[in-house]
Amino acid sequence: MEGKSGDLELYIHIPFCVRKCGYCDFLSFPSDASAREQYARGLTEEIKAVSALMAGREREVSSIYLGGGTPSVMEPQYLESIMKALGEGFTVQEGAEISMECNPGTVTGKSLAAFRNLGINRLSFGLQSADDSELRCLSRIHTFDQFLENFWEARKAGFSNINVDLMSGLPNQTLQGYERTLQAVVRLEPEHISAYSLILEEGTPFYQTYQSAEAAASLPDEDTERQLYWTGREFLEKEGYVCYEISNFAKPGKECRHNVGYWTGREYIGLGLGASSLLDGYRFRNTVHMEEYLTNAPDPQAIRSVEETVTLGRAMEEFAFLGLRMSEGLDETVFQRRFGRPFENIYGQTAQRLVTLGLLRREGTKLRLTHRGIDVSNLVMAEFLLESDIP
Amino acid sequence: MAHIDQSKIRNFCIIAHIDHGKSTLADRIIEKTGLLTSREMQAQVLDNMDLERERGITIKAQAVRTVYRAEDGEEYIFNLIDTPGHVDFNYEVSRSLAACDGAILVVDAAQGIEAQTLANVYLALDHDLDVLPVINKIDLPSAQPEQVVEEIEDVIGIEAQDAPRISAKNGINIEEVLEQIVKKIPAPQGDPDAPLRALIFDSVYDSYRGVIVFCRIKEGTVSKGTPIRMMATGAEEEVVEVGYFGAGQLIPCEELSAGMVGYITASIKNVRDTRVGDTITRTDHPASQPLPGYKKVNPMVYCGLYPADGSKYGDLRDALEKLQLNDAALQYEPETSVALGFGFRCGFLGLLHLEIIQERLEREYNLDLVTTAPGVIYHIYKTDGTMLELTNPSNMPDPSEIEHMEEPMVSAEIMVTTEFIGPIMELCQQRRGIYNGMEYMETTRAILRYDLPLNEIIYDFFDALKSRSRGYASFDYEMKGYAKSELVKLDILVNKEEVDALSFIVYAGNAYERGRKMCEKLKEEIPRQLFEIPIQAAIGSKIIARETVKAMRKDVLAKCYGGDITRKRKLLEKQKEGKKRMRMVGNVEIPQKAFMSVLKLDDE
Repeated sequence: MEGKSGDLELYIHIPFCVRKCGYCDFLSFPSDASAREQYARGLTEEIKAVSALMAGREREVSSIYLGGGTPSVMEPQYLESIMKALGEGFTVQEGAEISMECNPGTVTGKSLAAFRNLGINRLSFGLQSADDSELRCLSRIHTFDQFLENFWEARKAGFSNINVDLMSGLPNQTLQGYERTLQAVVRLEPEHISAYSLILEEGTPFYQTYQSAEAAASLPDEDTERQLYWTGREFLEKEGYVCYEISNFAKPGKECRHNVGYWTGREYIGLGLGASSLLDGYRFRNTVHMEEYLTNAPDPQAIRSVEETVTLGRAMEEFAFLGLRMSEGLDETVFQRRFGRPFENIYGQTAQRLVTLGLLRREGTKLRLTHRGIDVSNLVMAEFLLESDIP
Repeated sequence: MAHIDQSKIRNFCIIAHIDHGKSTLADRIIEKTGLLTSREMQAQVLDNMDLERERGITIKAQAVRTVYRAEDGEEYIFNLIDTPGHVDFNYEVSRSLAACDGAILVVDAAQGIEAQTLANVYLALDHDLDVLPVINKIDLPSAQPEQVVEEIEDVIGIEAQDAPRISAKNGINIEEVLEQIVKKIPAPQGDPDAPLRALIFDSVYDSYRGVIVFCRIKEGTVSKGTPIRMMATGAEEEVVEVGYFGAGQLIPCEELSAGMVGYITASIKNVRDTRVGDTITRTDHPASQPLPGYKKVNPMVYCGLYPADGSKYGDLRDALEKLQLNDAALQYEPETSVALGFGFRCGFLGLLHLEIIQERLEREYNLDLVTTAPGVIYHIYKTDGTMLELTNPSNMPDPSEIEHMEEPMVSAEIMVTTEFIGPIMELCQQRRGIYNGMEYMETTRAILRYDLPLNEIIYDFFDALKSRSRGYASFDYEMKGYAKSELVKLDILVNKEEVDALSFIVYAGNAYERGRKMCEKLKEEIPRQLFEIPIQAAIGSKIIARETVKAMRKDVLAKCYGGDITRKRKLLEKQKEGKKRMRMVGNVEIPQKAFMSVLKLDDE
C-alpha cells in the first residue's frame, strides 16, 4: 500500500459547521454566507500560490480530501471555485480518490448531485450513532432518519464509495445499543466504516462535563469500552469488512487511500485554515487565525509555521508508530528500502521484547500489533521512540 | 605583649526553641551594634548560605564579632556564637555552648517554654553558663509575657523579672538586651600566658586556605607561625593566619589570646583532623590536659543514596566527597543494589541531618536522588559469638546464625498540654515506648518521659506528635544505649522478585502491619503496567501480605490523521519520558518515589 514516490496528497480544510458538537476538538465553528464566500476566495488564492510554488516538481496528486468542520455546509458554487483552482494548479491523477466529509442534515439530493459533478467520488458521513438519544447526547444536529434519507440521496447522486463514521464508548452506551447501530448501518452496505472510541479531548465541553465523578460514571469503564471495540470489530469483520487500521473498516479494495497515505509517510499538503502538511522533510501547519489566514493566503510562507523537522530518526519513528496502526503492520524490507538500514539494527531488540510480551506478532518480514497490543498501543508505540537521532 | 582587655569581651550564644526568634534576634544585635548599616543588612545574616557563596568561601557564619558602645561609654566586643537548633546536632550545640560564657534564652511570649527550650537551657546550665532570659514576640495579640516570666522562674528556676520584653522582628527593646549582655554575662577569664588551650567548636573547608578552624581560646595565645597540635586527632601544622568573624567575612588580626573567639588557618586539608570539641595546643609548649568533653560523633541513621540517573554515580561520589570536607559527621561507602544500581550507604547524625544532606546534594549539586528507607545501627549477636553492626538490611545474616539482636534506644522528653496527654501516651505506646514518668510543669502542661527505640522515631514520630497534639507538643531526646529486641527483616517482592532496596528491619510484633501497609502503599505508587503485578511482603520465605497492581487495560488513540501526527508524537514522548523516571526491576517499572514509601506508612 506504499504510495508511489512522487505521489502527493492534498487536504482541504473547511472550518465551518452548523453547530459545534460537545466532543469535537477540530478547528471548526459556525459561519455566515459572507464568511464562507471570503474563505472560499482565500482558499483559492492559497491554492494558486501553493501550486505555483510546486510548479515544475512534477508531483501528481493521488488523492484529495475535503475535511472539516463540515465541508458540506459550503455552497456548491464555492466548492466549485475551490475544485477548479485545484484542477488548474495541480496534476490530479486519473481515478484519484476525491473525498468529502458531510454531515446528515446539511445536504440535499441536489447538493449531493452537485458535489458529484465537481468530481468528488467518495463521501464520508458523520453519523456517529443510529440511536437518536445518543445523537442528542453528542449534540448532533440530525436524527438517524435524516441520515437514512441523505444516504439514499447520495447513492442516487452516483456515489458508489461511501464511509460512515460511528462512535463507541458513548455515555450510557450498552453493548446491545452499539450492536443495533452497527446492524442498522451495515444493512445499508456502505463501502467503508470508521468506528472510533470516544476520546475526551482537553478543552472540549465533554472533557469538562466528564471531569466530575458523577458524569464519568455514565461512561463505560475500560473493560466495557474494550468489549465494545472488539465486539464491534468482530461484527464488522463477519459482515465482510476488513479492519485495515485500528478504527477503520472497508470492503476489500475500498480502503481510504488518502488516509493510508498518512500512515505510510506519503507527503501531503494541507490547504486552508490550520491545515497540516508534510513536505520535504518538514511537518508544518497553517495559521489558525482566520484574519491572518485571509490576509496572507496569497503568500503561503507567511501563514505556515514548521512544527517539526522529520530527521532520519524521526522518520523511522513515524514509520513505526504510524505503520503499526495498520493491520498490514511494519514491513522490515520496506524499512530497509526506505532508510537504507536494516530494521534489525535499529529496532531489533525493541521488537523482540514486545513480541515476547505478546504485544507484537511477527509474520515473515512483518510486525503487527496483537489484539492485546492494540488495546495498549500507545505503550507499544512509545517503545519505538529512539534515544537519540540517527546520524 | 599587651593582650586584649578580657573585661571588654562578651562571648555568648542564643538558645531558643525552633521559631521562637533566635535568628531574628541575632540579626537585630548585629544591626544595632552598628557593624553593618541597615542597608547592608540582609535578613537573617547568620543563616544565609547564598551570601557565603557570593564571597567565594564557605563560612557557616557560626560566629560573628561586633562592637557595642555601651551606656557606660565603653566599647565591648560581642562574640555571638550560633548554635544549631536540632537534637541531631546536640553534640555540636554542647561544644558551641562550651565556647561561651553566657546564653541568651529566647522564649516566645505566646507559646512559652517548649521541649527544646528546656533541653537547651539544661545544656547551658550544665556548662555553667549564665542564662539571660528574653521574652520575644511581645507584639503578638496572644502574647502573655508575664505568664511566660513566671513559667521561666517556676520551670527553669532562673530569675526572669528583669527579662527584656522585646520584639526582635519589629526591633522593640533591643537596646535593653544589649545592655544586659554587658551587665549580666560575665567577661571571659583565662591566663593569656598559660600553655595554649583552644576549643574547636566548628570548622569549615575552604578550597584556597584549607580548613578554617573556629575556636575559643581558653588559655594562652596563638598567632601566625605558632606550631599547633590537635590533641585528640594528633594533627600538627603551623598557623598561617588568625582572625575574627565579621558578618560573612573573615578579618585577620595579630593574635588570639585567652577569652577571644576567632579562627585559625593552618593548611589543614581535612575537617576530620579538626574535630569539633578537640583542643588545640602548642606543639612546642603543650598543655598537659585537653579541655574536657571531647567525643567523636558517630552516625545514628543510615540510608542508601542512589543517583536517579545511573550515569551520575561519579557526580554523586564527588558531591559527597565535597560535603564531607565540611561535615565530619557525614559518612559514606559505596554499595550496590540490584534494584537501584551503584550508590552509597550513608550515615547521618539523625533524620534532619539526612534531609539537609539530601537537599544540598539536590540543590547545590543538581543531583536527582533516590533514597532508601533510613535505618539505625542494629547490633546482631551471632551464634558464633561475634557481634555485627548492621547498617544495611541486605547484610542481615540468616536467622539461624543469629543468637539475638539489639537496637538503639533513646530517652525522650515530650512537653505537652494536659488535654493531649492521652493521645500522646497512646502514640508512645504504639511506638513501643517505655513509660518513665510524668511531671506537671504547671496546671496545664506536663513533661512525659519515655524510653523509645530510635527506629520508631526516625521517620515520622515528630509529625505524628504534632498531628496528635494540634501542633502543641514538643519533643527532645538523647541516646540511651542498646536494648535487646525481637527484630526481623521484611522483604518486598514485586512480581515475585525481591527488591533489595525496599527491605527494612522491623520489630517482629509490627511486621504484619508494616508489611500490609507497605504493600498497600506500593500498590498506589506503582502504575499499572502491561501485566498484572503481585506485590508481596515476606519474612524469609513466608509471605505475610499481598496486593496486586492490575494490568493496564487500555491506552489507545482512536484517531490519527494528518493533523494529529505531531501531537501524537508529543504524547508518546511524554509517555517515554515518564518511563525514564522509573527503575526497572525485572520486568517491572517502579517509580523512584516508591523507594521512599516506607517513610510514609503512617501518613493516614
